[in-house]
Amino acid sequence: MHELSICQALMKQVEAVAFEHNAQSVANIVVTMGPLSGVDAQLLKNAYPIASAGTVAQDAELIIETSPVRVKCNHCGCESDATPNKLICKHCGDWHTTLLSGDELMLMSVELEKSQETEAIH
Amino acid sequence: MCDTCGCNITHGNESLIRPGGKLEKTENGKEAVSVLHNLLHENDHTALHNREHFDSHNVLAINLMSSPGAGKTSLLEATIQQLDDNIRIAVIEGDLETENDAERIRQYGVKAIQIATGSACHLDAHMIHQALHNLDLAEFDIVFIENIGNLVCPASFDLGQHQNVVLLSVPEGDDKPAKYPVMFRSADLVMISKSDLLPILDDFKIDKAKNYLQDIASDAPIIEVSAKDKSGMSQWIDWINQQIKARKKYLEQHPVLHTHHHHHEYGTD
Repeated sequence: MHELSICQALMKQVEAVAFEHNAQSVANIVVTMGPLSGVDAQLLKNAYPIASAGTVAQDAELIIETSPVRVKCNHCGCESDATPNKLICKHCGDWHTTLLSGDELMLMSVELEKSQETEAIH
Repeated sequence: MCDTCGCNITHGNESLIRPGGKLEKTENGKEAVSVLHNLLHENDHTALHNREHFDSHNVLAINLMSSPGAGKTSLLEATIQQLDDNIRIAVIEGDLETENDAERIRQYGVKAIQIATGSACHLDAHMIHQALHNLDLAEFDIVFIENIGNLVCPASFDLGQHQNVVLLSVPEGDDKPAKYPVMFRSADLVMISKSDLLPILDDFKIDKAKNYLQDIASDAPIIEVSAKDKSGMSQWIDWINQQIKARKKYLEQHPVLHTHHHHHEYGTD
């Protein structure tokens, strides 16, 4: 269950962004992750209420986008869809491939809510 | 991938941040802030820092990972006995509980630091950083980090090591790379441990294990090793010696510029 520590790391980053922008609260958080990131999306979601309790993001929605597993063949240069344990080229069958996407674990964006007063001051 | 030059924008996510993409929109009274930070940014930063420490002392750091009971500590014991005497070894041991593994290592007169994680299922860069405060790196040539026995979580955390070695023991079965692709993809070297059991557990096929590794596009070399009958140990020792040499050569060509300012005193926190 390393998802809890990863969720706590996520909260730190979200709190820093909220602080930097003088936000009152966080409306939503968008995370992109791939099946080869080693993190389970559902477990991350389960960890979220625990990690976010008492923070500016406790009412925020955690939106997880899954990135596809895609490889580029080092041999024929073709790009193809792949699965986490079958990263071979679909065109020529070579296993010498480079991962194009599928291992991301990225905080993409944070939607912040600001009160009128804060807007007026800044 | 870093978070500064844009290389973190991949096929999987670029559509989101293009004009008109999901992340570009803002609603009334709300502000969407694009972040594009790896979630493990802080860990990775500390790992980089650890690697600078190792490099500034010419120390090779090897992270050993496997499922519990694959023979990491036994391999280390055999390694200590077979590595050249002038190579000074230290071991950082990770376990949920007990000092047992560190004590096994200390019996050989080797410095061992035990990290007891309590309930954490992996070592992270911060734990290694703490451990380095109790290790005078000037006294060592190689640091082995024995990670928590677990084929899942440790794969996600960079510790600042130079090489990842993943053990697959014969009793576990030859299809582990297909079941745990993230872990086996992280391997710079795969060791098929407990190879003395191959004649008994003959459903384990080395060729099948190799095929499963190719399926995940791994070109990591494979060494069959038995810490018990010592077969394959010379190949493993050769590999370590090559890594030490390669690291030295690399550091001669790329001298360490220790850029951060805080000072590390051995024995302080």
